[in-house]
Amino acid sequence: MSKLAEIFEKYQADIITDWIKEMSAANRRKDLMSESELKLQTNELLHAITDASKNGNSSDINAPHWAPVREMITSISSSRAKQGFTPTETASFVFSLKQPISNRIRKEFGKDPDALFEELSASNFLIDNLGLYSADAYVKTREQIIVRQQEEMLELSTPVVKLWDGILALPLIGTLDSARTQVVMESLLRTIVETNSQIAIIDITGVPTVDTKVAQHLLKTVTAARLMGAECIISGIRPQIAQTIVHLGINLTDIITKSKMSDAFALALQRTGKTVVKRMQPLIPSTNSGAVS
Amino acid sequence: MGVFLIVTIQVDMHDQLAMKLQDDLTSAIAKSESRGVLIDISSLEIVDSFIGRMLANIAAMSRVLDAHTVLVGMQPAVAITLVELGMSLPGVRTALNVESGMALLHSLSDHPKESEEDASSDT
Amino acid sequence: MPPRTLETLTLASVSDIVIARQRARHWAIEMKFSLVEQTKIVTAASELARNTVEHGGGGTMVISTDGNRIRQALKLTFEDKGLGIADVEQAMRDGFTTSGGMGLGLGGSKRLMNQFEIDSRLGQGTRVTVTRWK
Repeated sequence: MSKLAEIFEKYQADIITDWIKEMSAANRRKDLMSESELKLQTNELLHAITDASKNGNSSDINAPHWAPVREMITSISSSRAKQGFTPTETASFVFSLKQPISNRIRKEFGKDPDALFEELSASNFLIDNLGLYSADAYVKTREQIIVRQQEEMLELSTPVVKLWDGILALPLIGTLDSARTQVVMESLLRTIVETNSQIAIIDITGVPTVDTKVAQHLLKTVTAARLMGAECIISGIRPQIAQTIVHLGINLTDIITKSKMSDAFALALQRTGKTVVKRMQPLIPSTNSGAVS
Repeated sequence: MGVFLIVTIQVDMHDQLAMKLQDDLTSAIAKSESRGVLIDISSLEIVDSFIGRMLANIAAMSRVLDAHTVLVGMQPAVAITLVELGMSLPGVRTALNVESGMALLHSLSDHPKESEEDASSDT
Repeated sequence: MPPRTLETLTLASVSDIVIARQRARHWAIEMKFSLVEQTKIVTAASELARNTVEHGGGGTMVISTDGNRIRQALKLTFEDKGLGIADVEQAMRDGFTTSGGMGLGLGGSKRLMNQFEIDSRLGQGTRVTVTRWK
């Protein structure tokens, strides 16, 4: 057993008391976590650290015997990220362990400078690595939250609507970046299959500008839809965007474009063999006409 | 109107199998004097450049043999990937599923003149 | 997650291309790539495995992970001891082919993945590494 493990074992209770005190001295968030919950976490984590350092060396926390500690830190850090702790507050949970351990090492090896230095270095190295690990876990959870929110927002901003049997419309509003265009286009192609639609109208009336990448994504989508057996019509191209497209040298000759969405819809109806006709007679006959039998 | 051939590709084909399908299908078109071929790839999870080339070849060869080819059921992920790869299969007609593919074949065989025009503008 | 080798496959004949596709799919699913991403990875694997078999006279495909605790990547490395490529730049261009194919193998798989590295020496062989980040 390493000396560090012996110290953890011997002074477990003392270290925990000091650790919690250390955290209270720093900016502990009583509003976000109760005293008892914190005690439970410190207890569990110190036990796990003790076990891990008994089972092997503590120079590599990525080794298999440190897995329980890594899992615990990941779960603590990610729950803190969700609760709204700052990165500093989260990492200081682990870093606050440094002083209590150093104190015990000094108590144990105070008279032997070489051993003192060696054990202090080992413990600092360990706590630093665990602290960094906790920061990574925190960031990862935040990243996941951001990705989820982005996905939710993208879903909200990709309204693929069915206009008629076999006709879909995708009214795009706002600036299109490459990532959003890609998500929008994937969802359009999926909906084409789900609804068995032969024609999709991509309306970009609400899009202020189009850069090369976005224009290329649009083109690729039209081509992909064609490979699947559906046709796309792009409507609502503003004059500025038309100029950009020509200046960028993007070839739209194989693509059906209409200036207004209503024109695109009329064409879509025509392609699917449907017509809209005006009724010759009024829908609700007036009382004195008596024309309807 | 002549007979139509329907081919459903269901397995992940290795290259030789794809070549064999191409040969078999071309001889079958000639032998049966078909006017149309429908290839259903709805269960294919990928189409790489080799399979893509095979599909384009079948379409081109059947055109020479006076038959139309319609490719049906390509999955969205497959279509996106194929476009990114750089293949857009310009000479190949497509439809969403077997039903609309059959309808397309019927309409093409009913109006041979129009379809000839289309075929030449595709290449 | 530190870089780790997941699997090594031998690419000797055209039937190994099918296995390369299946294993690439397996690991792409394991790493929770989206369906479109999976399809891109598998297609790139197919193109590059075919190059290794047909132009490199056979070789290996190594599937591995790359990245850190925050972001992960799937990495495919294709290596052969074939003749090598005389002009890599030309070989990367779409439509360039020595085998009567479409000539989309190298350029196409570059577009399907996020990173593409090629190291080819005449008479010694070729190594292509492609990476897709999550």
